[in-house]
Amino acid sequence: MAERHKRRMKFNAVIGTLPMIAVAVGVYVIGIAYTVYWSFTSSKLFPNNDFVGLRQYERLWNDDRWLIAVQNIWIFGVLLIAFSLVFGYLLAIFMDQRIRQEDLFRSIFLYPFAMSLIVTGLIWQWMLDPNFGIEHTIQSLGFTGFHFSPLVDPKTAIYGLVVAGIWQGSGVTMAILLAGLRGVDAEIWKAAKVDGIPPWRVYLFIALPMMRGAIGTAFVLQCVGVVRVYDLVVAMTGGGPGIATNMPAVYVIQMITSSQNVGLGMAAATIMLLPVVLVLALLGIARWVAARRKEAAIRRELAKA
Amino acid sequence: MTTMDVSANALPRAAEEPHGPKPRRVSPARIGVYAFLVVSALFFLVPLYVMVVTSLKTMPEIRLGHLFGLPQSWTVQPWIDAWLNACTGRDCNGLYPGFWNSVKITVPSVIVSIIIASINGYALSFWRYKFANLFFGLLVFGAFVPYQVVIYPLIMALRQMHLFATMPGIIIVHTIFGMPILTILFRNYYAAMPAELFKAARVDGAGFWQIFFRIMVPMSVPITIVAVILQVTGIWNDFLFGVVFAGRANWPMTVQLNNIVNTTTGTRAYNVDMAATILTAAVPLAVYFISGRWFVRGIAAGAVKG
Repeated sequence: MAERHKRRMKFNAVIGTLPMIAVAVGVYVIGIAYTVYWSFTSSKLFPNNDFVGLRQYERLWNDDRWLIAVQNIWIFGVLLIAFSLVFGYLLAIFMDQRIRQEDLFRSIFLYPFAMSLIVTGLIWQWMLDPNFGIEHTIQSLGFTGFHFSPLVDPKTAIYGLVVAGIWQGSGVTMAILLAGLRGVDAEIWKAAKVDGIPPWRVYLFIALPMMRGAIGTAFVLQCVGVVRVYDLVVAMTGGGPGIATNMPAVYVIQMITSSQNVGLGMAAATIMLLPVVLVLALLGIARWVAARRKEAAIRRELAKA
Repeated sequence: MTTMDVSANALPRAAEEPHGPKPRRVSPARIGVYAFLVVSALFFLVPLYVMVVTSLKTMPEIRLGHLFGLPQSWTVQPWIDAWLNACTGRDCNGLYPGFWNSVKITVPSVIVSIIIASINGYALSFWRYKFANLFFGLLVFGAFVPYQVVIYPLIMALRQMHLFATMPGIIIVHTIFGMPILTILFRNYYAAMPAELFKAARVDGAGFWQIFFRIMVPMSVPITIVAVILQVTGIWNDFLFGVVFAGRANWPMTVQLNNIVNTTTGTRAYNVDMAATILTAAVPLAVYFISGRWFVRGIAAGAVKG
């Protein structure tokens, strides 16, 4: 009787989570399967079943637009993440100096993150405008040699995007790292003080390695942001000048809409999925190995006893 | 806010004491600290300042090119134009329709996604049926999958259901893509609850839905606030899903803003562009300033993995 009652309850749980089951299986299993499947077909405007093997991937890696997109995501990602982490940690350290108005500074550093990347892109498009922006204004003050309008030059446009990305995201990194700093045991600070270790060394060599969790969180958040950089590019440069600031996320959307080349777009999407799968698999393996080591250690202890 | 803090102990918090040396009175080091912070603050504030002053200038004045200068003759006409008359292609209705579309998209999406995610979190914490963790694992995986990977199959599926380019369609899409993060959020929150509470209710004969509505929902206020902040700002700021799934008639504010600014033919009205940009940012900024530290908590909670 109790058993049947329990089963009925579990049945309710299944009913309650039907949307989750539908999304987990429908979107993240079947959806991805379709994406991968269509990447092996010659689909144009609409998907078809004409199997062409790896031809779409061959075309993809011979397409300048894609090659530039891949190069750009690396430049953008590495620069943005490195700058955000360094700048964010610096801000966090300075915020940690018993300053007045900490909440005010925190609000100022963080507010860009509340806004859409479209808004961020348009703000910086205006700031970097070659005719009326920072460059023109500073030149009109007499500094005629001043040049800062990265968006007009295909070679430098990507750095303009990096500036906007830092402006939008480093406040969040600061907030997360500051929370991490405040989580470091006060005893460690006392001990360091007694030993006469200068604060900057404590921040760099003692506190930093203890904040692995916070750094990981900030890093993951930045990575997710980099992969989703679509909106910023569309608003700020539209992928231009020419194709100079194309990104994989932009490339896929172009292929499935204006370029009407679903097969190629799905090949690009599949490539975008690969690093995610790779990283998650590595993490999974690392966790499994750690668990097994622990198990083995326990067993050894038991054998000794 | 302080009263809310007490009940939010299951959430990550920015806490405790600063570590830096106790400030003596004015020393060069102190001045250096504040100098760095003020210069950094300027980096974050100047673009906002420039936007505001640009939106209050007339076009002839903007063409003079003093980006940082205050307006010589103040005007609010750009704001009126941005709201009512700015053109996207041939339509000159301003941002106003986009604003209402965004409201119509955001409100139901936030409600539906949070209801579903809280049930998910509850079931995953207390009623783990066979394969429940498999589905949850897939969802966590989904939190890391770039949108572009699943966007096209979703377009085709919605098309088949005649939901593509409709209001229900875009709401479903927001619910789908909000689900991984929100489910993780609610699951972690419920998992930190004392199990005795649940067991006592079970002994009293309460079932799945009774326990959920009578016990879990009333205790979920803090996490729900975090989820609402996360979803309102996230969905309001969305561009990609809006432009792909909503359909021209339902385009949200971000899409219309981008069209106003980036597809104008002829001379660009920078003051109108900036007014429109500020108007689009106003809602999430208001949420941010009203919610204060809850916003940070939402970001941190959203980034913490299951």
